[in-house]
Amino acid sequence: MSYTTLTVATDADGIALVTIDLPGESMNVWNEALIADFEAFVDDFTSNDAMNGAVIASGKASGFLAGADIRMLQSRPSEISAEAYEATGRLSRVLRKLETGGHSAKAIAKEGAMAKPVAAAIEGLALGGGLELALACHYRVVADNPKIQLGVPEVQIGLLPGAGGTQRLPRLMGLQAAAMMITQGQPVKPQQAKAQNLVHELVEPGKAIEAAKAWVKANPKVLAPWDQKGFKFPGGAGAMNPAAVQFFIGGNAMALSQSKGNYPAIKAIMSCLYEGGIVPFDKALDIEVKYFLTLLAGPVAKNMIRSLFVNKQALDKGAARPKDVPALDIKTVGVLGAGLMGSGITHVSVKGGMDVIVLDRSAEEAEKAVAYSRKIVEKNVAKGKMTKEAAEAFMAKIKPVTDYAELAACDLVIEAVFELPDVKKAVIEQAEAAMRPEVVLASNTSTIPIGNLAKFSSRPDQFIGMHFFSPVERMPLLEIIPHAGTGDVALAAAFDYNKRIRKTPIVVKDVRGFYTNQVVPPYLGEAVHMVMEGISPALIENVAKNMGMPIGPLALMDETTLKLGSDILKSTKQEMGDAYVPSGLEPFYELMVDQLGRSGRRFGKGFYNYAESGERLGLWEGFADHYAPADPQPSADAVKERLLYAQLVPAARCYADGVVHDPQSADLGAIFGWGFPPYMGGPLAHIDTIGADEFVAVADRLAQQHGHRFAVPNMFRDLAKDAGKLYAKAA
Amino acid sequence: MREAYIFDHVRTPRGKGRADGALHEVTPLELSVQVLSELRERNNLDTALVEDIAFGCVSPVGEQGAVIPRTAVLGAGYAETTSAIQVNRFCGSGLEACNIAAAKVISGEVDLAIGGGIESMSRVPMGSDGGAWPTDPQSAFHNYFAPQGIGADLIATKYGFSRDDVDAYAVESHKRASAAWAEGRFDRSVMKVKDRLGLTLLDKDETIRPETDMQSLAALKPAFAGIGAMPGFDAVAQLRYPEVEKINHVHHAGNSSGIVDGSAAVLIGTKEAGEKAGLTPRARIRMMSSIGSEPTIMLTGPEFVAKKALAKAGMEVDDIDLYELNEAFAAVVLRFMQALDIDHGKINVNGGAIAMGHPLGATGAMILGTVLDELERSGKGTALATLCIGAGMGTATIIERV
Repeated sequence: MSYTTLTVATDADGIALVTIDLPGESMNVWNEALIADFEAFVDDFTSNDAMNGAVIASGKASGFLAGADIRMLQSRPSEISAEAYEATGRLSRVLRKLETGGHSAKAIAKEGAMAKPVAAAIEGLALGGGLELALACHYRVVADNPKIQLGVPEVQIGLLPGAGGTQRLPRLMGLQAAAMMITQGQPVKPQQAKAQNLVHELVEPGKAIEAAKAWVKANPKVLAPWDQKGFKFPGGAGAMNPAAVQFFIGGNAMALSQSKGNYPAIKAIMSCLYEGGIVPFDKALDIEVKYFLTLLAGPVAKNMIRSLFVNKQALDKGAARPKDVPALDIKTVGVLGAGLMGSGITHVSVKGGMDVIVLDRSAEEAEKAVAYSRKIVEKNVAKGKMTKEAAEAFMAKIKPVTDYAELAACDLVIEAVFELPDVKKAVIEQAEAAMRPEVVLASNTSTIPIGNLAKFSSRPDQFIGMHFFSPVERMPLLEIIPHAGTGDVALAAAFDYNKRIRKTPIVVKDVRGFYTNQVVPPYLGEAVHMVMEGISPALIENVAKNMGMPIGPLALMDETTLKLGSDILKSTKQEMGDAYVPSGLEPFYELMVDQLGRSGRRFGKGFYNYAESGERLGLWEGFADHYAPADPQPSADAVKERLLYAQLVPAARCYADGVVHDPQSADLGAIFGWGFPPYMGGPLAHIDTIGADEFVAVADRLAQQHGHRFAVPNMFRDLAKDAGKLYAKAA
Repeated sequence: MREAYIFDHVRTPRGKGRADGALHEVTPLELSVQVLSELRERNNLDTALVEDIAFGCVSPVGEQGAVIPRTAVLGAGYAETTSAIQVNRFCGSGLEACNIAAAKVISGEVDLAIGGGIESMSRVPMGSDGGAWPTDPQSAFHNYFAPQGIGADLIATKYGFSRDDVDAYAVESHKRASAAWAEGRFDRSVMKVKDRLGLTLLDKDETIRPETDMQSLAALKPAFAGIGAMPGFDAVAQLRYPEVEKINHVHHAGNSSGIVDGSAAVLIGTKEAGEKAGLTPRARIRMMSSIGSEPTIMLTGPEFVAKKALAKAGMEVDDIDLYELNEAFAAVVLRFMQALDIDHGKINVNGGAIAMGHPLGATGAMILGTVLDELERSGKGTALATLCIGAGMGTATIIERV
């Protein structure tokens, strides 16, 4: 037998050591070649008397096996057919064959057939199909190394572990523990896996194969627990088992209330657990493959795989970084301003391994950045996530200063001072005077076009915008904004810095609001329009949350304050003068901010009432006095449509106008920037899913009903005409 | 057209549905046997004339499984030819069983039948039969399944009933039930349940607390706030009812129906069959209806089924002299009164399940009997009995005295 992805070495005891080692790949994954090799091996193994047992191991230092090859999943057809079912179930079937020795359920139950022993020797991560391979082995030996991750993360890309994971896990751990592990996708460490009955033996790193072989040698004929007579599902399963009934009643509610019914994988996983617990094991595997295929063929998994996996990986690697600029080794970053943003930037910079010189007007102000980080690291120490020594080393990397001369030591400087042009001007001039001439200066702003600030710079080609999101240490997005005169060196520096702080970077055009702040205000504005129409605020909030937004738009406005919305409105009006077109929202801000002082959470009241402690209480009930409640109220679907299209249309416009250069950036910017529901893959991915014609038709109807703000760009009309797809076009 | 008449009905007192309840030692078979025997004895009934028996039972598993009414027919010594069917329409089962008996009579399939029900909740707990509805994820997700108590609290929230409103209703239920007992209004229909030795175990509903007042109820904590938060049934219900900002949890053990053991039977047939058996008709069954309603809020069916039955009977709300709506939860009755604009003086005048308990499979037959007795006592003519039902349904029966 000859294989390309694995080697088989049979020793004197007849124990075959199967070493999986995909050529040219950094990590083992299940791809077509490995599945074919594995099928051939299992055929040989089950029929070849020269082999008495097997040990499965990995030839990669990077781990055991990391799951399915995403490219293979992406290449699977969308149609559901008997052929697709056949192809999708290959891995599940070969693993089952390995487990049963190729014997039928009847032969096992009635004729006493048994399998040759197979043990997994795991020295590194085993995720998804990797863990499922191990679960199909009769014995699992894992190196006792807390860095090893064992888990089934498929749910995070809209899938389920479809090679027996939803069946073997509950039969080892019980329904509840399995449901948690599979619906949340969080991996466990070897010690925890042992405690949960997932693995049999922990050994010193490097000794897994040896221990696995010893077990195989000592156990010449075996059966999986679920193939043995009298097998009992731990904790019980089945439609008449009281514990299982209680588990499903509660478990369904928990899964549904958390996923809001937006993630088909969650429901499919629960169904695999439910239905699979009622029928014999082989039938249960068939059921699992069928549910897996429904997910694989549906839009949610496709969108999640593409956006959250493929596209995210490409962007994170810096796909848009100018290729010929050598990598900048940033040792020290200067941060100007120790406010909320400056402190956050300081923190993530240190976390990214850099030293930070943080400058503010007074020592007291500059110290605020130190206090900000101290609070976070102390919390980490208290939680046991960080040692005291590491915390001290972390804090030692922050140097609060007041003297611009200190900036001479910096390899990159980021200013994050007040959003006032005069303040920015002074800071830019003083900083550039002190910085080394080749060093790039980045400006963190969310409102002022970078080109305007670049005018204050003596080296505009080394000047660039970086829009961070608050709180910086938690928000995963960075908007990088080159202005018209930004050079490649500055753009490359922004990417090189981003690589250290590990955000997802998107490059956006230098226009007011950049990308995210061109979409979020119309979305929030739509919610305000609805309040003004007398639509129930509770309905608006719940529909947004049920649609998958992390927070209701009204609650979000309370957080960012209505005062901010009002200020932006006023300044835009002032700036634009006669050219200003009223949005219709002006009277609302006038009422809430100027008359009622309901300016947001910080002010103790806004859309919601707040306790002294800042805790959000109920929605304010006074809207009805100002805006007569609509009777009848619109349907939840109608509200959802408006809230969704108030994001889709502005995002489409940004793409059409070149504010974002590719659908990938538009989609990830939406998901990571303002919490656009990940199951849709992003606004442009969603337009592809529903079709441009549907998008244009609905937007046109909304424009007619509610106004020009829903007007779609012509690019999308053309796309609808050609039945085109944004992603096809971009790719 | 053939008509169906009610000749008589009998029920057990309702025993506390717990291990210390008076009827806990009685098997559901024995409880059903005693009810069927009592109906035979007091009517001197030739059981060979009884062609079929429909009995409601909501948890028909274990000792309530395997078609318990047929087992009871044999145990009570009825004629071998009397067939039996077990009926499950959740809380509407007992009334549906009477409707089935009546429908068989009206259709000509039988001339004399018994409708009724049995539920020994202390012995076969609610939910013992599992079921796809709440457990199968394909159902639970699709239907936004939440338990009845969440639906009841959702009704209170959506239709504006405060904790005081529902508690006041519960106080009144106990007051009416104890007054009815004091005046002997249930004497004709409630039988004694005896033990193996023939000694009386229970002769009166066990859960009535005449001393119940607003203060004592105020001390009770909301029963469903916990499951609303974890595992999250409130959020599940809000997926279906996004207009509700927050579910106001007002129900508790004191303003919800009690868990009890009990059984009941109603004798139904044609006038001619009655004559043959020496029976006098007491009421005519004028209309029967069932309906499905939205399953998450679950308990609003009575409004819709009452309207449906009234429309089919060519009647208006005001044409009914007495309403009897099972007091599953206080808000269910308050919403029904609000929706149909029915005065409290016309509904549940002798209290209900909040005071006396709700033996799931039997309650429908019990309240049909209760309202018939009250029509006779008060000299009124028409009544409508109805119940809210799991998974969003309603069943109703309109009767008129003859």
